[in-house]
Amino acid sequence: MERKSAAFTVFIYACAALLAVVILAPIAWLFVMSISPAADLAAKPLRWWPQAADFSRYQQLLSTAENSAGAAFTASLRNSLEVAGMATVAALLLAIPAGWAVSRTPSIGWSLSMVIATYMLPPVALAVPLYMGLSYLGLLNNVFGLAVVYLTILAPFTTWLMKSGFDAIPREIEAAAMIDGAGLFQTLRIITLPLAAPVVATSALFAVLLAWDEFFYALLFTSDQRAKTLTVAIADLAGGRVSDYGLIATAGVLAALPPVLIGLVMQRALISGLTSGGVKG
Amino acid sequence: MSGTWMTTRAWLLMLPLLMVMVAVIGWPLVDTVGLSFTDAKLVGTAGNFVGIDNYTKMLSSSNFSRTLVTTTWFAVASVAIEMVIGVLAALLLNQEFRGRTFLRALMILPWALPTVVNATLWRLIYNPEYGALNGALTQLHLIDAYRSWLGEPGTALAALIIADCWKNFPLVALIALAALQAVPRDITAASLVDGAGPFARFRFVILPYLAGPLMVALVLRTIEAFKVFDIIWVMTRGGPANSTRTLSILVYQEAFSFQRAGSGASLALIVTLLVTVLALAYAALVKKTAGSAT
Amino acid sequence: MLKSIGKTLLGAVFVGGLLVPHAFAETTLNALFMAQAAYSEADVRAMTDAFAKANPDIKVNLEFVPYEGLHDKTVLAQGSGGGYDVVLFDVIWPAEYATNKVLADVSSKITDEMKKGVLPGAWTTVEYDGKYYGMPWILDTKYLFYNKEILEKAGIKSPPKTWDELSEQAKIIKDKGLLATPIAWSWSQAEAVICDYAMLVSAYGGDFLKDGKPDFQNGGGLEALKYMVASYKSGVTNPNSKEFLEEDVRKVFENGDAAFALNWTYMYNMANNPKDSKVAGKVGVVPAPGIAGKSEVSAVNGSMGLGVTAVSKHPDEAWKYVEFMTSQSTQNQYAKLSLPIWASSYDDPAVTKGQEELIATAKVGLAAMYPRPTTPKYQEMSTALQQAIQESLLGSATPEDALKTAAENSGL
Repeated sequence: MERKSAAFTVFIYACAALLAVVILAPIAWLFVMSISPAADLAAKPLRWWPQAADFSRYQQLLSTAENSAGAAFTASLRNSLEVAGMATVAALLLAIPAGWAVSRTPSIGWSLSMVIATYMLPPVALAVPLYMGLSYLGLLNNVFGLAVVYLTILAPFTTWLMKSGFDAIPREIEAAAMIDGAGLFQTLRIITLPLAAPVVATSALFAVLLAWDEFFYALLFTSDQRAKTLTVAIADLAGGRVSDYGLIATAGVLAALPPVLIGLVMQRALISGLTSGGVKG
Repeated sequence: MSGTWMTTRAWLLMLPLLMVMVAVIGWPLVDTVGLSFTDAKLVGTAGNFVGIDNYTKMLSSSNFSRTLVTTTWFAVASVAIEMVIGVLAALLLNQEFRGRTFLRALMILPWALPTVVNATLWRLIYNPEYGALNGALTQLHLIDAYRSWLGEPGTALAALIIADCWKNFPLVALIALAALQAVPRDITAASLVDGAGPFARFRFVILPYLAGPLMVALVLRTIEAFKVFDIIWVMTRGGPANSTRTLSILVYQEAFSFQRAGSGASLALIVTLLVTVLALAYAALVKKTAGSAT
Repeated sequence: MLKSIGKTLLGAVFVGGLLVPHAFAETTLNALFMAQAAYSEADVRAMTDAFAKANPDIKVNLEFVPYEGLHDKTVLAQGSGGGYDVVLFDVIWPAEYATNKVLADVSSKITDEMKKGVLPGAWTTVEYDGKYYGMPWILDTKYLFYNKEILEKAGIKSPPKTWDELSEQAKIIKDKGLLATPIAWSWSQAEAVICDYAMLVSAYGGDFLKDGKPDFQNGGGLEALKYMVASYKSGVTNPNSKEFLEEDVRKVFENGDAAFALNWTYMYNMANNPKDSKVAGKVGVVPAPGIAGKSEVSAVNGSMGLGVTAVSKHPDEAWKYVEFMTSQSTQNQYAKLSLPIWASSYDDPAVTKGQEELIATAKVGLAAMYPRPTTPKYQEMSTALQQAIQESLLGSATPEDALKTAAENSGL
């Protein structure tokens, strides 16, 4: 262990404090805005803490009374959940067999490389035909159609994560099971998948986060409460009748809550997922 | 078990994924290529073949060159800042101090915040009349009058870059931190004994361990920054005077607002080509660093 | 015998055909509105609730997007089989919507009663090439709002009648230290800035187009932009105006941070509502000024209409909804944020009560409404102009050069 001078220690703590402030200040401000009365937010000089906390906007946005602003918001919340859920399940169903196949048969690895290379494509390069295709199939403004489109983002990423996950599971275990007479699918089900469960979970989390975050396709392919997702709903709020900044902030807090909670609770899994590819290069 | 059977089986397991990818990526991409040679509108007419007209028109337009410069600025600046701050934050988090675990947990917050929420948040912070940035800077007497951060070309792009960096530097930091923790302790100790200063130690002992992972982060972030749409759409829609209009916004305008699917497609493909060239150049670089690091 | 059986069968089918849709009478309509200016979201919801009560077999889903998203959403939804049935559209879009068959031609459904009752100027909102593509709904132009208290403090007796007077009065307010930047406009890179510009173009007697070719780079169009630049550079205009939309202007005005503001009808009653506004009771409104020797007042046609989409599967129910929303009784009931399209409403005490000042101003302003050009390529022209105006304001190009470039890039 290296010795540290007092000055160095002070320096480290100062930097740590600075970093914490940089990260926390904007998030804290988002929350403060959401509970501040409108007058406080328009005050000069700006009031940094509300005289009386006002949680009424949360109630307003989460109300489900028919034909209200709350109904529109909760509908978009539900759409986001549905799209993210469907797209994640579908992506995993594709990614698990494909990831395993590439992991165990490196000679076909180039096909996965090609799939991953599609990550470079800007969504605008696919948007027009996807729009026309969805229109032809009657899947515009439809959560199912949007979930299918999200596979363009989720499937390559989850497959890549699953492949690195399977790489970490020794083939010998599978071989041993096979020698004992288990068939391939039996082996996968009993031996490999349980071992890979943490990776499956990580992949699922990433997929949900990616789908939750998506904006461009949702902006183009959805038009109303039947399919509009949270990100589009928030952009609409922010760009329209913005007289109450607190309401926009409230919508932001509510939309951020699920991914932030996932992030905090599943931190270890997420970081290992983030870095596994990176560290291995 | 024979190798051929193994390979066939692997292909069969890959098949669902490949089929879906062809349907949602391959076919649209081919179709975009086809569209780019026509004057098709978004809805209605299929359009007539116009050869490479769309490409020459787009490439020679002043809008394109200006937007390309803006996009490059955005990508280079935001990625560079994210890299530097990210590595510095990782070096800090690699030290031992109280509250380190807490601080590390915080790092996940900006990354988990949805992009649109992040953009909305910063738009409110930059608000020229009631924003927190103006409020804070005047109360600290750093500026004497409120400013229009997103209304001046000089500050608008910088403001966007800061908002983007705030969200993305933690990702770089987490990747770098994981790499740092893989540096064997005895190596740093040995270099200390050799009398290497902190900078020499970083350059010659630690950096080689970071190079590989950082290159990957660099590639991913650059590609993403080049494709940027969400944050700009929500914060400025390309204004003021189109000073923050990026390539993706330009394609959106052409294909969807003006409904010219043909020329929009050609523009989208030009962007794709640029990103691909960039990625290939990086890939070569990654190979080189990976080769020299080990 | 066979014939009669056939007839009976046919009759059964016919009756069945009538009965079956009746048994599943519930029709769902999807309607697109904007969450910006004019009728508030709450108003539209309340009107729709009233419609639903009167027509229990029709359900209406409402969607609100910012004005900036209204055009693109309408166009994009066109491809979806179950898109919108009713859409709100701006006066500048019928040409494009008609050309691209976004809206259904409803000429046959416009009754003589409607034609007689609705103000003639309002019809321009929904007409293109001699056909009707909907009903006018929001009859609107921009007015000059002023803060009576600030003008009084500055010793200004009456609000400006010309644009030059506006600059002079703002200068007085600035010099007396009452406000640093007294005028608020919506000069964000958006359609909003074109509306302010169009108002000035009308005052200077300019033209957007001549014989289908851009003409804004000459004469009145150029002078209008020069006025904006001068006002911005002299410091009487709030420099933040160049990132303001209408709602930002309202917020600034309601907070007492602007002595003058250009905005639509809706700001009058909102700014007079003490619940959110600090300037309630001090709001003055006059027609936007003119130019000495050229015009008395200026006004831009910012009206909007409700139309039925060409892809709607329930065009009859959709039209019923449009009729209800644009009916005189509905409009009279909600005449606070947007004024009716019906001529006789302006003499109805139920409408005018408590907003006599606004009504008097509206009578002058609405009569002077100046149109933005009708061309299928409006979006492109507007986008090019927005850039030109902002570049001139920022000083990166002279108004002459900027408008010339815009004319070249306008797609016309």
